[in-house]
Amino acid sequence: MLNQEALTPPQSGIPAAAQDILDTANRLRWEVGGDVHENIVEAIYTDAARIADRAAIYPDTPPRFNLDRTIDRLVTSRLWGFPLMILLFTVVFWITIAGANVPSQWLAYILLDTVHPMLKTAGATIGLPWWLDGLLIDGMYLATAWVVSVMLPPMAIFFPLFTLLEDFGYLPRVAFNLDNIFKKSGAHGKQSLSMMMGFGCNAAGVVASRVIDSPRERLIAIITNNFALCNGRWPTQILIASLFIGSLVPAYLGGLISALAVVGIAMLGVLMSFAVSWFLSRTWLKGEASTFSLELPPYRPPRFWQTIYTSLIDRTIFVLWRAIVFALPAGAVIWLMANVSIGGASIAEYLINFLNPIGWLIGLNGVILVAYIVAIPANEIVIPTILMLTVLVTGTSQFGAGAGVMFETGDSETLALFQAGGWTLLTAVNLMLFSLLHNPCSTTIYTIYTETGSKKWTAVAALLPLAIGVMVTFSVAQVWRLVSLL
Amino acid sequence: MSSSIQLPAAHNCETCPAHNVGNLTKLGINMDNWDFVVALAGNPNTGKSTIFNALTGLRQHTGNWPGKTVSRAEGGFEYGGHRYKIVDLPGTYSLLSTSLDEEVARNFILFGQPDVTLIVTDATRLERNLNLVLQVLEITDRAVVALNLMDEARRHGITVDDRSLARDLGVPVVPTSARSKQGIPELLQAISQVATGAVVCKPHRLKNEPPALKHAIRELVSKIEAAFPGLPNARWVALRLLDGDQRIIEAINRGELGDLTRDDPGEDAAGTLVLQLQEAQHA
Repeated sequence: MLNQEALTPPQSGIPAAAQDILDTANRLRWEVGGDVHENIVEAIYTDAARIADRAAIYPDTPPRFNLDRTIDRLVTSRLWGFPLMILLFTVVFWITIAGANVPSQWLAYILLDTVHPMLKTAGATIGLPWWLDGLLIDGMYLATAWVVSVMLPPMAIFFPLFTLLEDFGYLPRVAFNLDNIFKKSGAHGKQSLSMMMGFGCNAAGVVASRVIDSPRERLIAIITNNFALCNGRWPTQILIASLFIGSLVPAYLGGLISALAVVGIAMLGVLMSFAVSWFLSRTWLKGEASTFSLELPPYRPPRFWQTIYTSLIDRTIFVLWRAIVFALPAGAVIWLMANVSIGGASIAEYLINFLNPIGWLIGLNGVILVAYIVAIPANEIVIPTILMLTVLVTGTSQFGAGAGVMFETGDSETLALFQAGGWTLLTAVNLMLFSLLHNPCSTTIYTIYTETGSKKWTAVAALLPLAIGVMVTFSVAQVWRLVSLL
Repeated sequence: MSSSIQLPAAHNCETCPAHNVGNLTKLGINMDNWDFVVALAGNPNTGKSTIFNALTGLRQHTGNWPGKTVSRAEGGFEYGGHRYKIVDLPGTYSLLSTSLDEEVARNFILFGQPDVTLIVTDATRLERNLNLVLQVLEITDRAVVALNLMDEARRHGITVDDRSLARDLGVPVVPTSARSKQGIPELLQAISQVATGAVVCKPHRLKNEPPALKHAIRELVSKIEAAFPGLPNARWVALRLLDGDQRIIEAINRGELGDLTRDDPGEDAAGTLVLQLQEAQHA
C-alpha cells in the first residue's frame, strides 16, 4: 500500500487547495511512518472488540453437542466430503427424474395431443391459409408447447430442491470442499462460489465472479464458468439420460442410473473447470493463487413453503419464460427452414446434409448441429429443435402430419423417434457431452463482454469450450467405433 | 453520550406508531420521486436481502451463503408519508480493501450520499460485524444498525444489549429477526427518524490511533475542512489520503468532494451519482 506512485502527480488545472491537501497528505505519510493501513485496521478492531464485549453476553459453557459443527465435520471431511456431495446431488436428480415423468406425460397429452388438434381444427374452420396455419400452429405453438412439457416438470422439482439445499447452507460447504483443488489449479478458491451460481445460470455466475479481487483469477473464473451446467442444459441432460442411459438397465434401476449419469456429466464439468483453470494459470494467465477466508454460515432450517414459492417464481417461471420467448421465434424459423424449398429440398435438409459429415465425425449428426446453431440464443430450445428436425428428416408420418411438426411425446415414442433418426447410445452420450462442452448462450457471451470489456477474452470464453467439446466428442466417437468393431 | 438518541421500543406496545402496519406501503421496484435514499450495508450473509425484501415487498432471491448479492438491487417503500428508495449493496467485511464489491459499497455510501445507511449485523458474530459498522460510521453520520438474526442468537444462548450498543455506537440500534419479520416496524421507525432528522446521530469515531497518526490526521483535517467546508467526513477522507486511496485522491483532484458538502444533494444529483457508479462498475 505504501508506495510513492499511489499519490500520482496531479494534472494541471487542479485547484490550489486540492493540490495543497494532496501534498500535505504525501508529506505526512512519510512523517507518520509505519504502516498507516495497519494502524487504522488495528484501531477499528480494538474499538469493535471493546464495544462488542460490553454489549454481548455469551453462554458460560458452550453446549456439549453442537449440531452445526457435527454436520460440518461430516460434510467437509476429507474422507466423506466428496462421497456425500455426490450422494446428495444424485438423490436430488433421482427425485427430479422419477418425479418429472408423469407430469411431463400429462402436459404432453394436454398441450400436444389435445390442444394442438383443436387448434388445427379451429384453423381449418376459420380458413387460415396453409402457410399461416403451419407457421403459427405447427411452428410457433408446437415449439412452445414442447418447451413447456419437456422443461416445466423437471424444473419445478429440481429448482426448489436445489434452493432448499442452498438456503440450508450446504453450498458454501461444497465450495469449501472444492477450494483446495481450485487453489492447486492456480485459481481463486472463491471460484467455487461463482461456479455454484453457474449451476443456476452462467450469466449470473459470470457476474458473481466479481467477488474475486485479482483480475487474473477473475478472468479464469469467467472463462471456466461455462463448465457449470446451467438451467437451460439440465433438462437436456435429464431427458437424454432417462431415455437412453436409463433404458439400458431394468426399469426399477432406470431412474437411479439416469441420475448417476447426469451427476457424472456435472462432475465432468467440474473437472473440466479445474483442468482449464490449471491450463490457463500456467500459460496465458500465469500467477500465484491468492488466499482468502471463506465463511461457513450457520445451517439454517429453510422456510420450506416460502423457498418453494420463491424458487418457483424466481427460477422456474423465469427460466421457462425465457425459454418460451426464444421458442416462439425459433419455432417459426424451424418451420420455415423445413417448408421453404429450393430446388426440391428444404433449407433445413440442405443444412442438415451439409453438416451431417461433421456431425458423424464427432458422433452426433447434422440435425443436432443445426439445433445448436438455432439454439445459440438459449440452450433451452435444443431438444425441441432436435425433435422437430428429426421428424422432418425421418419423414416418419406416424409422428406427425407434416414436415416440421412435433407430435407424440410420451417417453417411449420420443425414444422411438430418436431411433428412427438413426440415434445410438453413442449419439446420446456425445449429445450429453456436447451439451456440457460447447459455447455459452448469447446472453452469457454478452455478459462476459460487459464484465471483461475485452473482445479477445470474450472470444476465448466462447470458443474454448466449443473446441474442447469437439475434441472430446470426436475422441469418444472414434474410440467407441473402434471398440465396437472388436 | 448524547441523550438525543431515541431508543426504539424494545417491547410491543399497541399504541406505538411503529406498530401501525398501515404506515408501510411496499412499492416494489416502483420508486420514482423518492424523498429519501436508504443504503443497505452489512457483512455477507447477515440477511440484508431478507430485510430488503421485507421492506420493498420484492422477492429478490436470498440464499444462505456469503456473496449472494454482488451488484446493487434497488426497491422502494413508502412510510409515514415519505417515499424511500432502498439500495441493497453487496455484503462486505470491510470497506478498506480494493475488491470490486467493497468499492461498489464504499463509493455508494460516500458519493451516493444516502439519507440513511442501514447496517445489517449478525447478532451472533457481533465483534466481526462491528468492524464494518465502525468503518461505515466513519463515513456517514446518518446510520441505523439492525441487530439481525436475534432468533439465532437466542438459540445459541447469546444475549445482546441493544441499548448499550446504541449508546456506544451513537446511532439507533434495532434488534430484528428479519426471517420472521420481527422488529421490522421498529426498524422503519428508526429509519424514518434518522431520515427526517427527528433523531440526530452522534456516531462513534475512532480515537485510539497512535499519537503520530492522530497528529497527522488533525493537520490534514484542518486543510480539508478549509477547502471543503461542511464535509461530513473530513476525518475519514484524511485517513484514506494517508492510506494512499487512489479513488479518494481522484475525487479530490476532480473536485467531486466539493459536491458532497451540500446538505441535500437532491434527487438529480443522487440519480447522476448512481449512474456514474454503474459506469464505474463496468469500467
